Amino acid sequence: MPWLKPSALQSDSDILSRELKRRGLVLGLSGGIDSSVTAALAVRAVGKERVFGILMPERHSHSESRVLGQLIADWLGITCVEENISGILEATGFYRRYDAAVREVVPEYAAGWLSKIVIEGIASGGSYTTFAIVAQDPSGHTVRKRLPLNAYLEIVAATNFKQRTRKMIEYYHADRLNYAVAGTPNRLEYDQGFFVKGGDGLADIKPIAHLYKTQVYQLADHQGVPDIVRRRPPTTDTYSMAQGQDEFYFAVPYEQMDLCLYGKNHGLDAGVVAEAAGLLREKVEFIWEDIDRKRATTRYLHLPPLLMVEVPEVKR
Amino acid sequence: MTDYKQNIRKFVVDNFLFGQAGNLKDETSFLDGGIIDSTGVLELAMHIETTYGIKVKDDELVPENLDSINAIAAFLEKKLAAPK
Repeated sequence: MPWLKPSALQSDSDILSRELKRRGLVLGLSGGIDSSVTAALAVRAVGKERVFGILMPERHSHSESRVLGQLIADWLGITCVEENISGILEATGFYRRYDAAVREVVPEYAAGWLSKIVIEGIASGGSYTTFAIVAQDPSGHTVRKRLPLNAYLEIVAATNFKQRTRKMIEYYHADRLNYAVAGTPNRLEYDQGFFVKGGDGLADIKPIAHLYKTQVYQLADHQGVPDIVRRRPPTTDTYSMAQGQDEFYFAVPYEQMDLCLYGKNHGLDAGVVAEAAGLLREKVEFIWEDIDRKRATTRYLHLPPLLMVEVPEVKR
Repeated sequence: MTDYKQNIRKFVVDNFLFGQAGNLKDETSFLDGGIIDSTGVLELAMHIETTYGIKVKDDELVPENLDSINAIAAFLEKKLAAPK
């Protein structure tokens, strides 16, 4: 994986002033590596006085996310506010809808239980990828059940309220400050469609969308992002049970996904990638197929609204 | 067997191809043809469960059973012949 050139970090302020005509940047701080690096880039590009951070915990969030998000804001010296979104989520019916969908599959699911969605079949070729719910009762006992279509769609649809609510809050602050919103997807997420349309996929600028996750960590090292954030395992922090991205979306941990994606993008031989990633050649080939499948199925997430007839006066 | 194929073909064409059968053949791979994704597989499984009163078990949810009209018909034949 090539190291980044420092010159790759410079162009944010030009885009902000020339393209977006906004005076600063708003972003959500999750205490994860992507939002931390994006915040540090924003500060470098436009100055700490023009970067506004938001912590947006809710009932299911891990407390560490808020603590580390605040730590990053303090480290950078940026203004940061907390907007707890539990009340909004309650009003949308998120918690009720989510719990009802889980109970379709795990009838005993009740208050005090934790849960998450995990992907099945993706780690091995020759099978479909399906989804299962993992639910944990207050005593720590877990059950795992495959999700039928309706329950799966309902859980995902309800959960997407979280990303869309957070984006609504970000745009509220951006509008009142006359700032733009910075999105924080890395290349793996951006390429593979691991985002919610109108939620975390919505932003005016995505400063790290071209960077492999490994490069995001390199950049964090270069920026001096606090160790505790750099050492934190990537998590979606979307479900009440801790969930790694490789449990929900990617076939293997990000270090290996990065190498597979880099190898595919650069036309490398599968055997070379397999050796570098410590995977079997067949596994790399399967992951490459999965990358193509995800690109095809998530293409619509990247598309602007389709028009029946182009309006040439509006540049898109 | 023919009934299964007709039913599955109609479901796939109506739901995944917006009524345009194109060159969908009984042996066309849904995966290779980009016809069905992971959500589509669940839809397909639910359809055959409700239509034929069977339960597709987790270990039966594999391309060998569901990746073409022919594969599904053979799977249904075997499944419905088996003692419940």
